[in-house]
Amino acid sequence: MTRQLLTAALTAALALPAAAQTDPSDWDAVTAAADGQTVYWHAWGGSTTTNDFIAWVGEQAAAQGVTLEHVKLSDTADAVGAVLAEKQAGNDDDGSVDLIWINGANFAAMKEAELLFGPWAEDLPNWSLVDVEGKTVTTDFTVPTEGYESPWAMAQVVFIYDSARLPDPPDSAQEILNFATQNPGRFTFPQPPDFLGTTFLKQMLIDLLADPSVLQEPVGADYEIVTAPFWAFMDALTPTLWRQGRAYPQTGPRQLQLMNDGEIDLAISFSPGEASTAIANYELPETARTTVLTKGTLGNASFLAIPYNSAAKEGAMVVANIILSPAAQLRAQDPDVLGYGTVLAMDKLSEEGRAAFAALDLGPATLSPAELGQAQPEPHPSWAERLAADWVARYGVAQ
Amino acid sequence: MLRPLPLLTALVLAGPVLLGLAGTLLPAFGLGLPGPGASLAPWRDVLDWPGLPRALAVSVLSGVLSTLGALGVAALIFAGWHGTRTFGWLERLLSPLLAVPHAAAALGLAFLIAPSGWLMRLPALALGWDVPPDLLILQDRWGLSLTAGLIAKELPFLVLMMLAAQAQIPPGRLRVARSLGAGRVAGWLKAVFPGVYAQVRLPVLVVLVYGMTNVDVAVILGPNTPPTLSVQVTRWMLDPDLGLRATAAAGALVQLVATLSVLAAWRAGERLVARVGRRWVWSGRGLPEAPARAAGFGLGLLSALAVLLGMAALAVWSVAARWRFPALAPEGLTARSWARFGPEMLATAGDTMVIALTATGVSLLLVIGCLEAEHRFGLTVGQRALWLLYLPLLVPQVAFLPGLQLIPALAGTGWEWAMVLTGHVVFVLPYVFLSLSGPFRAWDGRLARVAAGLGAGPDRVLWRLRLPMLAAPLLVAAAVGIAVSVGQYLPTLLLGGGRIDTLATEAVALAAGGDRRAIGVWGLGQGAAALLPFAFALALPAIWFRDRRGMRHG
Repeated sequence: MTRQLLTAALTAALALPAAAQTDPSDWDAVTAAADGQTVYWHAWGGSTTTNDFIAWVGEQAAAQGVTLEHVKLSDTADAVGAVLAEKQAGNDDDGSVDLIWINGANFAAMKEAELLFGPWAEDLPNWSLVDVEGKTVTTDFTVPTEGYESPWAMAQVVFIYDSARLPDPPDSAQEILNFATQNPGRFTFPQPPDFLGTTFLKQMLIDLLADPSVLQEPVGADYEIVTAPFWAFMDALTPTLWRQGRAYPQTGPRQLQLMNDGEIDLAISFSPGEASTAIANYELPETARTTVLTKGTLGNASFLAIPYNSAAKEGAMVVANIILSPAAQLRAQDPDVLGYGTVLAMDKLSEEGRAAFAALDLGPATLSPAELGQAQPEPHPSWAERLAADWVARYGVAQ
Repeated sequence: MLRPLPLLTALVLAGPVLLGLAGTLLPAFGLGLPGPGASLAPWRDVLDWPGLPRALAVSVLSGVLSTLGALGVAALIFAGWHGTRTFGWLERLLSPLLAVPHAAAALGLAFLIAPSGWLMRLPALALGWDVPPDLLILQDRWGLSLTAGLIAKELPFLVLMMLAAQAQIPPGRLRVARSLGAGRVAGWLKAVFPGVYAQVRLPVLVVLVYGMTNVDVAVILGPNTPPTLSVQVTRWMLDPDLGLRATAAAGALVQLVATLSVLAAWRAGERLVARVGRRWVWSGRGLPEAPARAAGFGLGLLSALAVLLGMAALAVWSVAARWRFPALAPEGLTARSWARFGPEMLATAGDTMVIALTATGVSLLLVIGCLEAEHRFGLTVGQRALWLLYLPLLVPQVAFLPGLQLIPALAGTGWEWAMVLTGHVVFVLPYVFLSLSGPFRAWDGRLARVAAGLGAGPDRVLWRLRLPMLAAPLLVAAAVGIAVSVGQYLPTLLLGGGRIDTLATEAVALAAGGDRRAIGVWGLGQGAAALLPFAFALALPAIWFRDRRGMRHG
């Protein structure tokens, strides 16, 4: 008994971390190396529907010998911080984070600091099904992904409203201001620098600009001039908000809870299917519906990235590949599960695959792709950073 | 074997705090992080943050007001009602609340007092409102709802601490004061309170520090424009802009300095109050007795009911189908949320209990070792050592936990459990020591002499006589330790590197999401994990010592 324990301890001590970097293009080698690995997926844990979906992905991964552990974050930046701390400590091959659900700003920061493993995404077998022409899956907030991250869902800004109270929802920034002025206290947005709150600022800026193409470049010297109409708009809007702008919901789901409590009539969402899913979960009234702005709304993809020092890179790639599978994408788009848009190209799927997507009932509050309209591209991340920082300085701390 | 234990205990308590402080101090001066090296830039960033004055003000205000509030109400309850049947009743109502974790209590309270919450639904139904009023009750800018929540949660702690302290005051004092003509309330405040306060001073300071620096309650009930300083420091720590790590470290030190200043001011205030109080004692002036008694009873009851009703609200949400404003009850009940979140919650509850039991076990070993060493070798724990015991509770968590985070990063993966366990022991041990030391020292030493006369060695006396006879207080100390461990949020989050989920981290993560049904299931789970051990601690001795009346009260 003692000897067995001793042997086990020695083996554990001597076993080198999976430093062997399997070539991502040799998929057989990847799956072989992945077998038996445990993948720690750091993903936001604030949404119970997402958590359920990730648990389901875990079951699929287990069938391929990969154990998936969901590390539930309240903020993606927690994972970035962990990787950074490990790099500073010289831990370059046995990191604690294997896979991150990441967004543009964090991706840009990690890529610049060389904290990411890759390129690998375009070597995934299921990459061949991805809609690389029609969807923004190869840039993230204007930053080229270059195979350092793999998309997993499409998102587009929509506004959720209670049709019982608000039969004719606003369709532009100006209309939102008109609504809020006539109905003080009935609108709010998640507090920047929350991701969705910052998205609201960007969306309003885009809608107020005659030519939003300037946002594709990093913030320049003309920032004040470009954003002047936007800040005038915010100055007018803020006192008409819920609680006169003295408090804000902290996240998107909390904002939906406010609508369910009858506190607000209009809310922003980055997921076209979220309202239908929330109705099914009793989290929104059955009369909730979604709408978009006439000039179009922001669209982007959610991505997965692997830190440079992950101890289970192969397992992480297997998980990313599972998420790109038609079965997982179909499940994610099902409003009873998640209601996220797929990143796959319908014309690259098999006959049955297409039929299954076509047969999905998107739910009462989900707009069809045609109604969603053309998505507007994300601004360069420097705009989001600057807008959020300025918003915090102007409205986020009591004057 | 026993001799080194007090030293080891001191190391366990002080080591992580000092190490962590060092790990916070360096980055605050630009060291230990990538960048231009030593610089004062992090300090400039903090001082330039426009929210700093108000964030500091709200932190200090909520800390001081909640401490004064909890201490005041606790004193009024003792002064007006101690020794009466009502007191026993209030005590029984308050003491289970001690175990309710802060996050769970805050989540329940938030739903109770929000403009769309349970309380407001009564006038809404009566007056036919179909939308809630647009009132800033929760997360108000001056942190008043945060203060109220802290008072409700800290009151039971102070009542329990004062109960132990009161037992040490000679019972004659109150009688003398009353025979000199003082009323019940004034007599207690004049004759008993000074002695009680001298003994609960450290717990009061712990309440003060917690009120100023907590993150979990402030996130749920506190303001956000700007938030309290500790919440802002935590945000800087987690910001995608990695340069803000240094800002966070500097902010943590600002928090530390502010906390130390408030502690110093509080001590100065004590002396001032003592001087004024002494004049009052000799003045012969009393107090409006009836209103004071009514206030103590009313506020104690209100505070207990607020937490209990909040927990009831969580329970209803966990089984609610559609539930809209202003309905008092959901349209239907469903077990769906329990089916969805229950199994995972139970699995996490298992991990939580493993951590809690291990940390409590380690703490019990160290505490019993220290107390026995004190008994055998006369290594008395003086006033200084008591400060050491309170050190982890008096230094703000946000000031030293970020520094400790570097250790798992240095050691590589696989150390998270050890780190989290250490973190929990640091916070569990003081409470275990506090709840066990009194009964342990009060044990009748003559029994040991009789046993020694019969030939039993000191070890045999400890294992066969002393510990079995102390079974009841040992169980209570263990229950306290478990409750403290179950409530730990920041240590678990930061030292576990996010890999270790407990009921506390899950509940606060879900609070960010806002799914009230999930919050209901997890909040109740967290409450039960802390409360059930207390139920065991009370029930087991009653069963074991069914036939031995002398053992019932330990």
